[in-house]
Amino acid sequence: MPAPRMSTTPLPGIGVQYDLTTREHRHLSVIAHRDGTRTVNVYRADDPDACAQSLHLNEAETASLIDALAPSHHSPNLLSTTDLGLVAERIELSSTSYWNGRVLGDTKMRTETGASLVAVLRRAQAVPSPTPDFRLAGGDILIVIGTREGVEAAAAILGRE
Amino acid sequence: MHSSAIFLIEFGAIILGLGLLGRLAGRLQFSPIPLYLLAGLAFGEGGLLPLGTSEGFVAIGAEIGVILLLLMLGLEYTASDLVSNLKTQYPAGLVDATLNALPGAAMALLLGWGPVAAVVLAGVTWISSSGVIAKVLGDLGRLGNRETPVILSILVLEDLSMAVYLPILTALLAGAGIAAGSLTLAIALGVAGLVLVLAVRYGRHISRFVSSDDPEKLLLVVLGLTLLVAGIAQQLQVSAAVGAFLVGIALSGEVAEGAHNLLAPLRDLFAAVFFVFFGLHTDPASIPPVLLPALALAVVTTATKIATGYWAAKRADVGVKGRWRAGGTLVARGEFSIVIAGLAVTAGIEPSLGPLATAYVLILVVVGPLTARYTEPVAAFLTRRKGGSTPPPATERLPEESAETVRSGPAGTA
Repeated sequence: MPAPRMSTTPLPGIGVQYDLTTREHRHLSVIAHRDGTRTVNVYRADDPDACAQSLHLNEAETASLIDALAPSHHSPNLLSTTDLGLVAERIELSSTSYWNGRVLGDTKMRTETGASLVAVLRRAQAVPSPTPDFRLAGGDILIVIGTREGVEAAAAILGRE
Repeated sequence: MHSSAIFLIEFGAIILGLGLLGRLAGRLQFSPIPLYLLAGLAFGEGGLLPLGTSEGFVAIGAEIGVILLLLMLGLEYTASDLVSNLKTQYPAGLVDATLNALPGAAMALLLGWGPVAAVVLAGVTWISSSGVIAKVLGDLGRLGNRETPVILSILVLEDLSMAVYLPILTALLAGAGIAAGSLTLAIALGVAGLVLVLAVRYGRHISRFVSSDDPEKLLLVVLGLTLLVAGIAQQLQVSAAVGAFLVGIALSGEVAEGAHNLLAPLRDLFAAVFFVFFGLHTDPASIPPVLLPALALAVVTTATKIATGYWAAKRADVGVKGRWRAGGTLVARGEFSIVIAGLAVTAGIEPSLGPLATAYVLILVVVGPLTARYTEPVAAFLTRRKGGSTPPPATERLPEESAETVRSGPAGTA
């Protein structure tokens, strides 16, 4: 599938407009105002030159919308937005990982970093709360929760080749 | 009572009055400009409350108001905006100038006011109000419409034309002869061209010189520089407003952004003072005699603006409905018509010119947002029996060159 065409039109005195035409020939545009706000426009089917809806979003609203649109998220990263100071991260083991075939206990992850491994996603199934004798495999996706530093450290350990 | 006390009381009362009027305008959802003008009429000669001591300060404030209006306009655009618009849209600009300036000139000649007044009135009817139009586009949720780039580029060209038109006008009003006038014009064009080139090439350096992390210093530097350049421009007979506009063009990027935010409140204050000042110098009793010509002019130039917008949008391959919308949106005249008329009033040519311009702007600043909203449905209703032509299907609609589509990679040219 070819990458969709995004075109830009300068709007002097207002900002820049980004246009996108979807596979279904529907037309979307986003105007980046110079003050950092955004306007999202959806066009009318009966008059493709005119906006059916035009929503003006401030920076915080724009950030939330980007979060919802970002393809790497299957669900909003709730923990990172709470004030607990905890983050949840998906860390994938590469197929050439040092831990491929080794048991979870060997990583000493919780002792070293204080981050917890809450689940392992393997192909279509999830293993919740894996025990220390759980055998890891390349391609596993590990859901790790901890402080920002703890999760970074865990990612460094798991990234060992 | 001490004269400074009287001044403070008078000036404070004016500003407070303007603030309350502005709130009223906000409540009614329209531009405060007509109310400011009416306030000026009420205070001025032959009005309800003639002012005394604050007259001089208001006159200076009005000068600064014009300079700030033009500076902010310049800040809105980058030099590359102007150049690219000029390259791609100049036919629309020419059509716009011809259709909308001629009725004004013709009216002045019909009234027997002579050629200088004709040039003034041509400017008054020619320049649309970018402030009112930008607000209307936002309010109606049309910023993303396909005709919007067309509307904006016409406004850009008009504003750029001001850089040429104002020096000519200043020379004419100063009563310069052909030779002196041509020299002034040559200087003005040379300076304007030079600044554009400098801004395109070295805009970053100029901005870096002005740039400052501290808002206070940025404000002082930008304001000082602008007033200085405006003064020098005035001295060279180029018109202070143009000098300020060119300073705005030369500043770009973050500096423009910062200066814009800092200067907006100042601009609002002094621009309001300017409108009052203009009203002050207009005797309310002089308006009824020119009401009929003003009305006729408003009707004719509403039609010509709609035609301009329609034509320009058609040129950009916008559908029929969008063409009507573009036309209706361009109708509003406002601050710059008053700026132009203000120059003529201060120069003291034709006494009825100020009242005519006032009446004309009062009509169109109110009518403009209405035509923006209703031109398309009315046109659709009138042409329904013919059946409007449908725009081509979306598959064939490439992003059109005429709306200055910039693509990544080498720019395709039409």
